[in-house]
Amino acid sequence: MAGSQWELPPELCCRPMAFVALTGLDVVYNAVHRAIWDAFCANRRADRVPISFKVLPGDHEYPKCRTKRTSYEWYIPKGIVKTGWMNKHLNLVPALVVLFYELDWDDPQWKEKQSECATKVEIVRTSLQGRNTKVAVVLIQKKTPLPPGEDLVASERASALCSSCDLSGKSLFVLPHTDHLVGYIIRLENAFYEHAQTYYYTEIRRVKSHKEFLNKTTHQLLFVRHQFKMAFLSELKQDTQNALKYYRAAYSLVHELRAHETNMLEIKTMAGFINYKICRLCFQHNTPLDAIAQFRKHIDLCKKKIGCAELAFEHSAWMSKQFQSFGELFDEAIKLGLTAIQTQNPGFYYQQAACYSQDRKQMAQQLCQAGTTYPSPDPLDTQSGGLDFYGQRPWRQGHQSIDPTDPEKEKLGILALQIKERDVPHSELIIALLSNAVAQFKKYKCPRMKSHLMVQMGEEYYHAKDYTKALKLLDYVMCDYRTERWWPLLTAILTTALHCAYLMASVKDYVIYCMELLGRASTLKEEQKSRIEKNLFKVLMNDIPEAESECDQSSVGAARSLWTDRMALSGSNELTVEMQDYIPFIQCKARFQSPSFHVDQPIQLQVFLRADCPHPVSFSKLTVSLSNQEYNQWCVVESSGQDSMTLLPGKPRCYNFSFVAKTEDVGKKVEVSRCLYVCMMLGGDSGRCVFLSWRGAGGDAASTQEALQASRSSRRWGRGNEARQELDWDTLTLQHSTMIISRVPRICVRLSHQPPALTNEMFCISLTVQSQEDVVAKDVKLTAGLKPGQEAGLGQTTHVTLDGSSVCDDNAPALLTDVPLGDLTPGEKLEKCVYMKCVSTGPRIFLFHVAYSIDTAVEGRHIVCNCHKDETVTVETVVPFEVSVKFVSTKFEPLEQVAVDIPFLLMTDILSSSPWPLLLSSSSLQLLTVTSSTPQLQSQLQQVVLQTGESASECFCLRCPADTSSSNTVATGQYVVSWRRYCSNADSPLIQTTVTLPHVILESVPLYIYADLPSFGRVRDSLPVRYHIENRTAQVQEVEIAVDPSDAFMFSGLKQVRLRVLPSTEQQMLYNYYPLMAGYQTLPQLNISLPRCPTSSSPALRRFLPQRIFVKPQGRQPDDASIAAA
Amino acid sequence: MFHICLLMFSPQNYPLYIRSVPCQNELKFHYTVHTSLDVVEEKVSAVGKSLADQRELYLGLLYPTEDYKVYGYVTNSKVKFVIVVDSSNTSLRDNEIRSMFRKLHNSFTDVMCNSFYNPGDPIQSKAFNGIVCGMMVQTG
Repeated sequence: MAGSQWELPPELCCRPMAFVALTGLDVVYNAVHRAIWDAFCANRRADRVPISFKVLPGDHEYPKCRTKRTSYEWYIPKGIVKTGWMNKHLNLVPALVVLFYELDWDDPQWKEKQSECATKVEIVRTSLQGRNTKVAVVLIQKKTPLPPGEDLVASERASALCSSCDLSGKSLFVLPHTDHLVGYIIRLENAFYEHAQTYYYTEIRRVKSHKEFLNKTTHQLLFVRHQFKMAFLSELKQDTQNALKYYRAAYSLVHELRAHETNMLEIKTMAGFINYKICRLCFQHNTPLDAIAQFRKHIDLCKKKIGCAELAFEHSAWMSKQFQSFGELFDEAIKLGLTAIQTQNPGFYYQQAACYSQDRKQMAQQLCQAGTTYPSPDPLDTQSGGLDFYGQRPWRQGHQSIDPTDPEKEKLGILALQIKERDVPHSELIIALLSNAVAQFKKYKCPRMKSHLMVQMGEEYYHAKDYTKALKLLDYVMCDYRTERWWPLLTAILTTALHCAYLMASVKDYVIYCMELLGRASTLKEEQKSRIEKNLFKVLMNDIPEAESECDQSSVGAARSLWTDRMALSGSNELTVEMQDYIPFIQCKARFQSPSFHVDQPIQLQVFLRADCPHPVSFSKLTVSLSNQEYNQWCVVESSGQDSMTLLPGKPRCYNFSFVAKTEDVGKKVEVSRCLYVCMMLGGDSGRCVFLSWRGAGGDAASTQEALQASRSSRRWGRGNEARQELDWDTLTLQHSTMIISRVPRICVRLSHQPPALTNEMFCISLTVQSQEDVVAKDVKLTAGLKPGQEAGLGQTTHVTLDGSSVCDDNAPALLTDVPLGDLTPGEKLEKCVYMKCVSTGPRIFLFHVAYSIDTAVEGRHIVCNCHKDETVTVETVVPFEVSVKFVSTKFEPLEQVAVDIPFLLMTDILSSSPWPLLLSSSSLQLLTVTSSTPQLQSQLQQVVLQTGESASECFCLRCPADTSSSNTVATGQYVVSWRRYCSNADSPLIQTTVTLPHVILESVPLYIYADLPSFGRVRDSLPVRYHIENRTAQVQEVEIAVDPSDAFMFSGLKQVRLRVLPSTEQQMLYNYYPLMAGYQTLPQLNISLPRCPTSSSPALRRFLPQRIFVKPQGRQPDDASIAAA
Repeated sequence: MFHICLLMFSPQNYPLYIRSVPCQNELKFHYTVHTSLDVVEEKVSAVGKSLADQRELYLGLLYPTEDYKVYGYVTNSKVKFVIVVDSSNTSLRDNEIRSMFRKLHNSFTDVMCNSFYNPGDPIQSKAFNGIVCGMMVQTG
């Protein structure tokens, strides 16, 4: 990877951890050692101490420590930080070397092992000579140790071992190899961590102590180096606060260095490193604003430090890298929980990085001229294969003076770098950065920024000659700019896309982009449009278009040969372009003249076309596809022969089509499904054919907004005169569908009826149909009845029939459909009665639909039109009369209970509520359980006419037979009234209205008493009264009867008597009353008591007896004289 | 000479008026301004949520780029004004930008009061143009 020169070194980017070397472990062959090692390094979770462990052999050679300088007086540093330094402290020089040694306290060969251990320690010490690295010993023991202080042998031997190895007691550890290995290991590593911390602390102190030997003139580099080292060691010590402090100090010192062309790269490199560390630590400390501020400061300070002008691209590359790595740090922080916002997110940094990469590419193109050969020997080669110090030139390492040592060498070096830069895949880098940025902006709701970056990506692909990808991206974002109506930007993108299409020789894309660039949305100048149009015509003529300007020559050559191949291919010269997604140079608007047409009118369709391009366009055919394919044949315009149809720029042209609708399509919609405009150049058969197709009634990506704008426009009115001559294109509205509706009927339908309808009646509506047509109306059909779509229950309670002679039954439908009425000659009149029976009350809408067909001619074509006329009428249904029924006793007293086998009266009352007079034809009783007391029940209401509000009553004498005492309440039967409207025809049917009579509660009486007496008495005339006493029980009843005296009567008979009545027999008592006063008189009261049956008291029995009687005054003798005297 | 660019957008975000001094690299300005609409939209919708009656029309610095500063302003009818200046232009402080916007808003109101102007059409008023030119000369 050629860009790797600018990558940050991995040792800078990693998190520094204390380095501890483990020796004496044989992890390959010794299972115990392997387990120990695994416990150290496998599955290290975040809560374990940050140590990086490494297993080294016991005799490992550590990097040699250079002899300590005692004085800096003559020392001139060669660079800021050595390239190997960070790696050395991360991976090579341990903070602590731990020697593992298998030794139990009670080992039989203790002495020998002790001295072997001491030797091993000594070997390690020797190889670490001069370093402050600590040494520790871990004894791997098989036995679990006793608690401290109990094992005297152990403590004695431990101190012996310590002294022989020259170790402090704190550096000797015991690792029992038992069950709790991980627990022991964690305790061990915590102890190691403490040792490592101490080591790094002393190291920092040591570096700090150098400071006093330095002077500001010659040792400026060392100031930076020492600060950097202290910061890095602090990081190793996990003291990030101090590390940040040291890095900040180092950063300001770096910028205090004397900068000149030769060391600019070194300064920038180090500044970049330190800046990276500072930002990283700031994010780690959750102070992102500090990080951003530091980065801004860094960029402001370094932006202008370009360095060597011939290598200016290096500066851009470095800047790009700065932004990129900051973006990555930012992104990483976000992944760890930081929240970013729309205006401050990693995307901006990636974008800026891409921007600098673009600069780099441009500069590289300017500075790195082709044609030179790579110098030999390679000036970039170093003996070690790498650099000693970060950011130095390979050909003059360690050189710190202002002027280069050897100008010739310098020149060669620069040349080598320039040649290397030529091979860098700039576009690849830029695209990678841009796509990073796109991903970020997508996340932070910046759709426009995303589109912009995608345009840049597309352009970069174009530069990288990956035209397919470029087109894909550009095509994707074009829609956004189109909907945003940002024409200058859209034009710019289209221009790039056109270049791509040209270079790929993609005919279809080329044609589409040409069309859009010629359209009204394009902001290109007239002469450019003219050139594009000519190119478009060339393509349509199957010719090779002229090369687009700004394309480099080599690609143009390749493109030309591609085009030639394309042209040679036959069969691919037809293209269909969907126009509604673009803003093309030809606009199309189709509209039906009216939103609806009668079937006997020709349908008028207009198609307007307008060209926006600078030159006239000719076309060969215009077709309109309609939703019903059969009409399409009428909607075609074709150029005949030489006379091709031409659209003049800016002049709308209108094409009119007219066709006759099919009668089957009545009630349907006809829609424009697509307009096809065929653009074929007059190049004959060799020409290409482009179908421009508009979905629906035309219009494109921009026309909706334009129409909206035009509708708001105030200019419409101001330009009235002008508009009359020339259509105002913008105000043309689309009418993409029309409704075909049936021919207007020319018949007259009249209804006559007498509302309201009465329940159950055969309500008659008479219908008069009169033809006003000029020819015979054929197949007249009537549909009559309840209009569909009303309340759900109405269908069951409404019945319609044509037969008025009898009452229809429930099978009659609610809607009579298609009753044939024959033909109607012009002027003929037809009458028909329709009968409705409504079972329930309430309003109903009745529909009368008269349909017929008629022959007619439209534009010379004979068609059979179906016409129909609808009439509706709302009819209210009311109840004709109310029937009330009551039971009374023979004394006309209301009855609550009916006594068995004792006559009573049923009274009916019919109250007319009909607005029309009613004729009650007859009435009848259909009795259940009860029987009539009279031998023949005869209706008392025959042929009675009731006006509104009048009522008719009947009375029937009934008796409940004795054997029906099974239940308490019994049904009594039904009352049937037959009636009709008085004014209706005599032969109209009678309607039977049935009223169910109420149930009665039965009671049985033990004793029945009734009286035989004349209907009236006469003063001083004998009035014989016979009382019958019936025993209705199966027992002998003893009855006591006493008669109270009365002022109005004298009487003879038994005044008080006690008698016995045998079961089911009767006793008679005869009294002779002798009235004394005239008028209504109360009869002497009978006091009856049944000692055996105390429930039936005297008043209960007395209700059967008459209370009063009318007594006439004493009749005069037929004496004329006395009358005369009076 | 500092760059300065002024744009106005309809509520549907298409440009009503564009003017930039000097004219070169106009396309880049267009892209910058177009992308700044993301921030404008976001700010406008955020204001809508808070239901603050006393709405501040001036949106302030929309976002900083390396090269330009982009300021935004939105009228009550959601017409947006954007001013772009060079990042290096230190003579224009927040207050100056604010007063520029206010001036623009006033002259835009004048344009809208013209009964022959159809809202949503590009602005071609000479008076408006004159005011904008004057403003740019002053600041440039």
